[in-house]
Amino acid sequence: MADLLPQDAHPDAAKLEGMAHADQYSYYMPETYAFRSEKGLTKRVVEQISYQKNEPEWMLKFRLRALEIAEKKGRPKWGPDLSHLNFDEIYFYIRPQDKKGTNSWDDVPEEVRETYRKLGIPEAEQKMLAGVGAQYESEMVYHNLKEEWEKQGVIFLDSDTGLQQYPELFKEHFATVVPPEDNYFAAVNSAVWSGGSFVYVPAGVEIDVPLQAYFLINAQSMGQFERTLIIGEPGSRFHYIEGCTAPTYNSDSFHSGVIEIIVKERANVRYSTIQNWSHNVYNLVTQRAIVQRHGSMGWLDGNLGSKVTMKYPSTYLMGEGAHGEVLSIAFATDGQHQDAGAKVIHAAPNTTSSVVSKSISKGTGRSSYRGLVQIHEGATNARSNVECDALLLDDQAKTDTYPYIEINEKSAHVGHEATVSKLNDEQIFYLQSRGLPEDAAMALIVRGFLDPVAKELPLEYAVELNRLIELEMEGSVG
Amino acid sequence: MSEHSLEIRDLHARIADGEEILKGVDLVVPRGEVHALMGPNGSGKSTLAKVMAGDPQYEVTGGDVLIDGESILEMEPDERARAGLYLAFQYPVEVPGVSIANFLRLALNARREEGDEIGVMEFYTKLQRAVKALDWDESIIERNLHEGFSGGEKKRSEILQLLVLESRYAILDETDSGLDVDALKVVAKGVNAARGPEFGALVITHYQRLLNYIVPDKVHVMAAGRIVKQGPKELAMELDTRGYDWIRVEAGLAPVGDDEHAPRVGA
Repeated sequence: MADLLPQDAHPDAAKLEGMAHADQYSYYMPETYAFRSEKGLTKRVVEQISYQKNEPEWMLKFRLRALEIAEKKGRPKWGPDLSHLNFDEIYFYIRPQDKKGTNSWDDVPEEVRETYRKLGIPEAEQKMLAGVGAQYESEMVYHNLKEEWEKQGVIFLDSDTGLQQYPELFKEHFATVVPPEDNYFAAVNSAVWSGGSFVYVPAGVEIDVPLQAYFLINAQSMGQFERTLIIGEPGSRFHYIEGCTAPTYNSDSFHSGVIEIIVKERANVRYSTIQNWSHNVYNLVTQRAIVQRHGSMGWLDGNLGSKVTMKYPSTYLMGEGAHGEVLSIAFATDGQHQDAGAKVIHAAPNTTSSVVSKSISKGTGRSSYRGLVQIHEGATNARSNVECDALLLDDQAKTDTYPYIEINEKSAHVGHEATVSKLNDEQIFYLQSRGLPEDAAMALIVRGFLDPVAKELPLEYAVELNRLIELEMEGSVG
Repeated sequence: MSEHSLEIRDLHARIADGEEILKGVDLVVPRGEVHALMGPNGSGKSTLAKVMAGDPQYEVTGGDVLIDGESILEMEPDERARAGLYLAFQYPVEVPGVSIANFLRLALNARREEGDEIGVMEFYTKLQRAVKALDWDESIIERNLHEGFSGGEKKRSEILQLLVLESRYAILDETDSGLDVDALKVVAKGVNAARGPEFGALVITHYQRLLNYIVPDKVHVMAAGRIVKQGPKELAMELDTRGYDWIRVEAGLAPVGDDEHAPRVGA
């Protein structure tokens, strides 16, 4: 995000300090590290990271330049309160243990497995979450898929491996969508990035099965500073999914990823992510796609958990007839501030976009929709429609909307609709009168509210999302 | 009798911090019977229905409600439902994004132990049977709960739920209001399908019309927050021709002259 949105928010997030580990979504999994940087963000740390990864010279230079940019830029002066985010307390690089030392599923604590079962997470994914990813290699399903993809020329690797194995392709596209100059957190990520996914789908290749980040062996896609680069060549079509609704335990309190997507002519790319960070995490992510002629980009962005989230998937419609779509879910509970939304830039004629945002606030939670629709001069007949609906579950909960619309073209059609509703007592009584306990009734209303977005998810993710909402709603009856 | 009945004993209730609306209601519906509850507007019929179902807007100030001998007044609305009570609402709410099928499956499973959830086939068979009994198109089960439903469709949905949930006791709160004759017949067909030795119902209506299709075993008449007269099904006919004032007078209440004599069509 460019620093163009004003200062406005001071969420009451500090209360959770120190109790972040006490709630049901926080738990610790045994980990050992082969290498860990010293605390803080320094030139030395950046050099160490690059050295550890055995990177080409250009990447080291890129990292160091990004660090300088970050230092010059300083933090954004708008949006949620980040004053408790102290870089001097953070490890900017931890290399996960080597593959041969990977946890065994049997070593995963029973209560963690129980939570996964409660959420109904597919077993394969449970293992990934618990750091038992290596067992995947023996998974027939994945094996077959991988072979099929490889035959079609699809590249699907973690970004570090991608850089090593496809240095030219990587360099050609890397940081072309989100340059380090873009914003402070993008600069920080550029300096210390690690992990993420590298996806390349050749021209005309269509993939029906979603590419799921958890397929990646040793994937660090859910890491602190992941860097994902996705390239859809002309006419390709695919769906990339990452994250999951399971609580992602992370001892680090800062997550700042960068996702870059290039949608070439007539390509159709979907990116879905549902994240549920533990409640101590500052989740500040830059997600952006550029879309060329008649290409189509769809974002599905689910934000649960975390302490503060700032995430505004952006779509730059650069070619004539390009299309962008954002479906966004935010769920803010006690002490959380979800500051999420979307940006759509119409820079070519006959481009179309739609944004649907659904936010839920509970307890002292606060969710904000922050969005920008920009129509450049010459982008004739552009059409955009934005709909944001907020649901408040109780009296303390807060929601706000910051829709920015900039139109520099007369023929544009831009619609914006916003609704705020409160959980309705009559609906709760009605559902209870059919035998559903009060918390289940509330959860059902919430699920119904999210349904227009949830039904765009693959079934198993939709089921997970529903279970998660039920868990969030448990004990919400006072 | 109390072992197999829905029983209301000297029930007093008011709208929270408001005026008393129910002033000592006594009424018993034995299982296997269908009773009608009639009365002029404002007599407290709908309040009685909501109080029995546990609407938090109301406060019970005295008396009791029992299902098969067990008091339900301390129960939450959902516990009452699971104990066997069903209320067909006069104004069913809309719940966007929640399909009828999904909702009813959850409602049925709420009545069962964890791990003993209803099987998919069993559920759909049950649901389809109910849809058919109401001459409805099967696609209805995928529609969201009352979203965009006409008044008549909402009432039909209330009866559909009654058939699927198989509650022991049902209260139908003016299910006939706003229905044309054809819709009325469909609703009556559904209620009659639920009738049997294990089912008791209290059918609340302002008009005798519905009772041509759902023939009651007994008629109760309510006025000013109490049951003021009881009688056989013929009582409904008499109310239809004579109005309610004579009953008020009999009960020692002032006649109000607000009788709406049996508007037969488009009520």
